[in-house]
Amino acid sequence: MSVIVVDYGMGNIGSIVNMVRKAGGQAVSASTPGEIEKAEKLILPGVGAFDNGIQNLRAMGLVDVLRRKVIEEETPILGICLGMQLFTKSSEEGSLPGLGWINAKTVRFRFEGENASLRVPHMGWNRIEIARPSPLYRDMFEDPGFYFVHSYHVVCEDRADVLSTTRYGIDFVSSLQKGRLFATQFHPEKSHKFGLKVIENFVGL
Amino acid sequence: MKTVRFKNPTYVGDPINAVRIFNDKEVDELVLLDIEASRRGAGPDFPLLSKISREAFMPMGYGGGVRSLEDARRLFSIGFEKVIINACALERPEFIQQASSACGSQSIVASIDVKKNFWGQGRVYDHVRGRPTSLSPRDFAVRLERLGAGEIALNSVDRDGTMSGYDLDLVRAVCQAVRIPVIAMGGAGRLEDFRDAVRFGGASAVAAGSFFVFHGRHRAVLITYPDKSELKKTLASGGGDQEPGQAGRA
Repeated sequence: MSVIVVDYGMGNIGSIVNMVRKAGGQAVSASTPGEIEKAEKLILPGVGAFDNGIQNLRAMGLVDVLRRKVIEEETPILGICLGMQLFTKSSEEGSLPGLGWINAKTVRFRFEGENASLRVPHMGWNRIEIARPSPLYRDMFEDPGFYFVHSYHVVCEDRADVLSTTRYGIDFVSSLQKGRLFATQFHPEKSHKFGLKVIENFVGL
Repeated sequence: MKTVRFKNPTYVGDPINAVRIFNDKEVDELVLLDIEASRRGAGPDFPLLSKISREAFMPMGYGGGVRSLEDARRLFSIGFEKVIINACALERPEFIQQASSACGSQSIVASIDVKKNFWGQGRVYDHVRGRPTSLSPRDFAVRLERLGAGEIALNSVDRDGTMSGYDLDLVRAVCQAVRIPVIAMGGAGRLEDFRDAVRFGGASAVAAGSFFVFHGRHRAVLITYPDKSELKKTLASGGGDQEPGQAGRA
C-alpha cells in the first residue's frame, strides 16, 4: 500500500515518511502532480503559516490534483497540523482561502478571564476525548496522549465531522473525519506509540 | 557522548542509533546537546541533525552552537521544536530576546551551567572559556526570564555524570525566583532523584543522561528508559498538578 506524503516545502516530512514505514506501509514523499496522481493514500503534513502553505500548493500545481484525488476518487487522506487547517475554508492566520473540503474555519486561540494566563501556542502533550468510533482510533491505547504545537485551531460547522476534542482553555477539535478524509491537529509523528497507532490505522484502512 | 563534570567524555554510541532506542522507550521529549559545538566555534551540524530528526518520533530540542536567528529557524524547519541557547545567552543575553520575539518564547530554552566556586557558592559557568563567571545563577535566570526565555535548563557541572543526585539547593533557589519552567539537569542516578527535584526543588521537568545510558559500577553502556508506569508512580508522589516531562539526553 503506497502512501504519498506531500512535500510542499512546509517543514521536515522525514519523520512522517519513516513512521509510515515503521507502521508497515510503503511511503514516498512527492511534490509533483504526476506522483500524487498515483497515490493510494495521501498525507498532507505541514508546519508554518497558512498562506504560505496554500501559496506553495498553488505554485507547485498541486491543488487540482489533490482535489480530484480526495473529492472525486475518495482517496484516503490524512492532514496533520497545518495540513488539517488547510482543509478548512479560511484561517484567521491568513487572507487566502483554504482548500475548503470541510465545512470549517481556522481561528486563533483567544484566552481571557480565568484562562488569560494560558500561553499561545498550545505546545506540549495533551489528552484527547474521542467523540465517536473511528477506524483512526481502532485499538488505541487507554488514555492516549499526543504532542501539539499550534496557535490556531479548527472550528467545525458540522459537529458530525468532529472525531475528538482536546481541552486547552476551551474544548477544541483535535481530530476530524469526513468520509475518507481524516485530520489531526496533533503530530502523530511526534507522539511515539500513540501516534504510531494512528498511522498504523490510517495505513491499514 | 557522556561526560563527568563536563570532562572525560565517553563515547556512548551513534546518535541515530540512540534516537531509535529512545523511540521505543516512549520518551516524552529528547534533548540533543552538541557539547563541543561552541568550543569548536562551529555551528550546529545541520545535515546530521536533519538525519536524526527524520528518525525521531518524539518532540526534540537541540542545543550547541546556536548563535543566530537563522540557526534557530533552520532547526525548526528540520523538525526541532525547541532550541537551547547556552553560550550565546552568556555572551549576548539580548539574543534570547531576539530569538523569543522572532520564534516565540515557548520554543526558546535558555541553558545555565553552574559550578561551585572556591567558597562553595554556585556561579554561572562559562563552558566555552572553561571558567566560572561572577554571576549568580538565580539572578541570571531572572534576567533570562525577563528577556523572554520560555524555559530554563539548569545544569549542575559539579554533578554532571556523577549520578549522585541533583543539586537540590540550586534547583530550589532558581525555581523560587522564576515563573517559567525549570528543567533540572546534572546528577540523576536513581528514579527517586527525579521525584526529589520536583518535590523538594520545585522543578517542572527533569533531565538525565548517564542514568539512561550507564549501568552498574563499571558504567557499561546500555541505553534504557524507565518504565512509564514506574516513572508516573515515582513522580506522582512529587506533588504539583502538572506531569513533569522527562528528557533523555543523548
